[in-house]
Amino acid sequence: MLVALSMLVFVLLRLAPGDPIDAYINPNVAMSQAEMAALRARLGFDQPLPIQYLAWLRAAVTGDLGYSIQKNGVKVLPLVLERVGPTVLLMFLALVIAIVGGIAAGIISAVQRNSATDVGCSVAAFVGISSPPFLTAILGLYVFSVVLRWSPSGGMLTPGTPFSLSDLLSHLVLPACLLSIGHAALIMRYMRASLLEVLNQDYVRTARAKGVKELWVIIKHATRNALLPVVTLIGSSIGMAVGGAIFMESVFNWPGMGLLLVNAVDTRDYPVIMGATLIIGACVILVNILTDVAYALVDPRIRVA
Amino acid sequence: MKRRPILDVSDLKTVFRIGGRQVAAVQDLNLTVAPGETVALVGESGSGKSVTSLSIMGLLPRKVGKVVAGRILFRGKSGEERDLATMDSEALRSIRGNDVAMVFQEPMTSLNPVYTVGEQIAEPIRIHLGRSHKDAAESAVGLLAAVGIPDPGRRARQYPHELSGGMRQRVMIAMALACDPVLLIADEPTTALDVTIQAQILDLLRKLQEERGMGILFVTHNLGVVAEIAHRVAVMYAGRVVETGAVTDVFRHPRHPYTMGLMRSVPKLGEATMLKRQGIPLPTIAGSVPSLLALPDGCSFAPRCPYALDQCRAGVPALAETGGRHKSRCIRWEEI
Repeated sequence: MLVALSMLVFVLLRLAPGDPIDAYINPNVAMSQAEMAALRARLGFDQPLPIQYLAWLRAAVTGDLGYSIQKNGVKVLPLVLERVGPTVLLMFLALVIAIVGGIAAGIISAVQRNSATDVGCSVAAFVGISSPPFLTAILGLYVFSVVLRWSPSGGMLTPGTPFSLSDLLSHLVLPACLLSIGHAALIMRYMRASLLEVLNQDYVRTARAKGVKELWVIIKHATRNALLPVVTLIGSSIGMAVGGAIFMESVFNWPGMGLLLVNAVDTRDYPVIMGATLIIGACVILVNILTDVAYALVDPRIRVA
Repeated sequence: MKRRPILDVSDLKTVFRIGGRQVAAVQDLNLTVAPGETVALVGESGSGKSVTSLSIMGLLPRKVGKVVAGRILFRGKSGEERDLATMDSEALRSIRGNDVAMVFQEPMTSLNPVYTVGEQIAEPIRIHLGRSHKDAAESAVGLLAAVGIPDPGRRARQYPHELSGGMRQRVMIAMALACDPVLLIADEPTTALDVTIQAQILDLLRKLQEERGMGILFVTHNLGVVAEIAHRVAVMYAGRVVETGAVTDVFRHPRHPYTMGLMRSVPKLGEATMLKRQGIPLPTIAGSVPSLLALPDGCSFAPRCPYALDQCRAGVPALAETGGRHKSRCIRWEEI
């Protein structure tokens, strides 16, 4: 999977117009064709594409992802790894907000079906689903940071002050909330539909016939079953949240993988693009494995005897 | 000597709201069940037999179904007689699964797939009898043994999908018996099962009734099952009881044309082949069950009845005493 992903990114990068060599050249200094050819040969860009890829792959499996073109001489691997933490932090909080908020709103909507609360939640969810992350990011930034001044407008920590958790959180909460909107809305819709279906099942009637309190009928007997499709959705949400995180990070100047990737693309920093996609890909695959494990925990029918 | 009934339903009327209209799914229903007695409620789909059992349990779909008239007097474990029809939902909940328990038709879908069967049986014991987790789990294993499940300790830790249909229905019965109810409502408990398993489940219910002395309200459309298990029977048609009495009386001398038709429609062993050879179709009741939205005037069965007179369409016939405790809602019961 990761090999296929890296191959795809590698080929796509080279298909894009522009010469990787451009990034190495100082535009203010004249350079002859012969000098450029020599530079190409030294960096291996004169080799056929498959050979170039194999050379990259051979180094990559030993943990050597090359050097950043832009930041002279900085190794790609540590550059990428130091950005993993902030991104994971942002996405983790966003997903926790999305899962807790989405599931709670879905349950309330399903139980009070067709009530004002339900209609309100559903309308809000449609707005949330339809709002692209770049729009919510910029709009959120404007409303909460510029107009209301509730939150700093960017960065992870206030420069020049000692580290404190509250400082980190004040920077984190707004982008995390904005990132969670679309996912919370989607989870809410799924949870509502799934729970409505489960509430019609025979075993819910059985639970009522046993004299289980209505609240417990919903929480214990219905919700656990209704979660099954939602768990799958959450798994795929995480992959999609990466895309949203890239927007959030560029808008809020959050020092994560997304910001690194966007900057790298801007400056044609090929090794960094390759390294960052590889690490993001590895994370998404890991999350999908965890989702399958979670699925087995929720549904005993999936467990292998 | 007649024992005081544990369940005494009188003049029950249950309506459903369908598209702004109120439709009576059950009306003028009278029914009693004594301790240790099995009463069968028989009828086709839509005759109101399941609605009757859900009305007693207070499990009618909310906002749609409602008991609007009549009393459902029930004498629980405490011996005090109370009207389930007017009880608030919290009081009803404390009776459900405790004093009255129910076994449903579909053992495949009536158990929660994500909890072990032991946990599901233990749940009402914890709720109603306030016993600890460990204590309730031990009782659950005992109940599994009581309903004839081999290796109950291991089975209790299994999930519903690991059990066969017959096993699951035994689990449902164990769950219903968990708090030792005085009344068990069994809504088509054998319909979804193989014939051999059906017989085993009926034997089990009979045995458990002898041991525990509970009353059983047995809802079914299967006359063979009625003959097998019930002491008394009430035949329902379009929301009303049309004939009731001791099983032997009703089966030997049916006093209502609908009951007669039902009994004729049950082929006896070998009869179907014989009729086929002679080119005679299997007997059926002509026509179909009327929609509750458009019940005919007078006797609901009149349009399908070979004995119907103009008088039958004039008004709904009352349940007439035909001797003993046998009653029929037919004005011509003496002639037929």
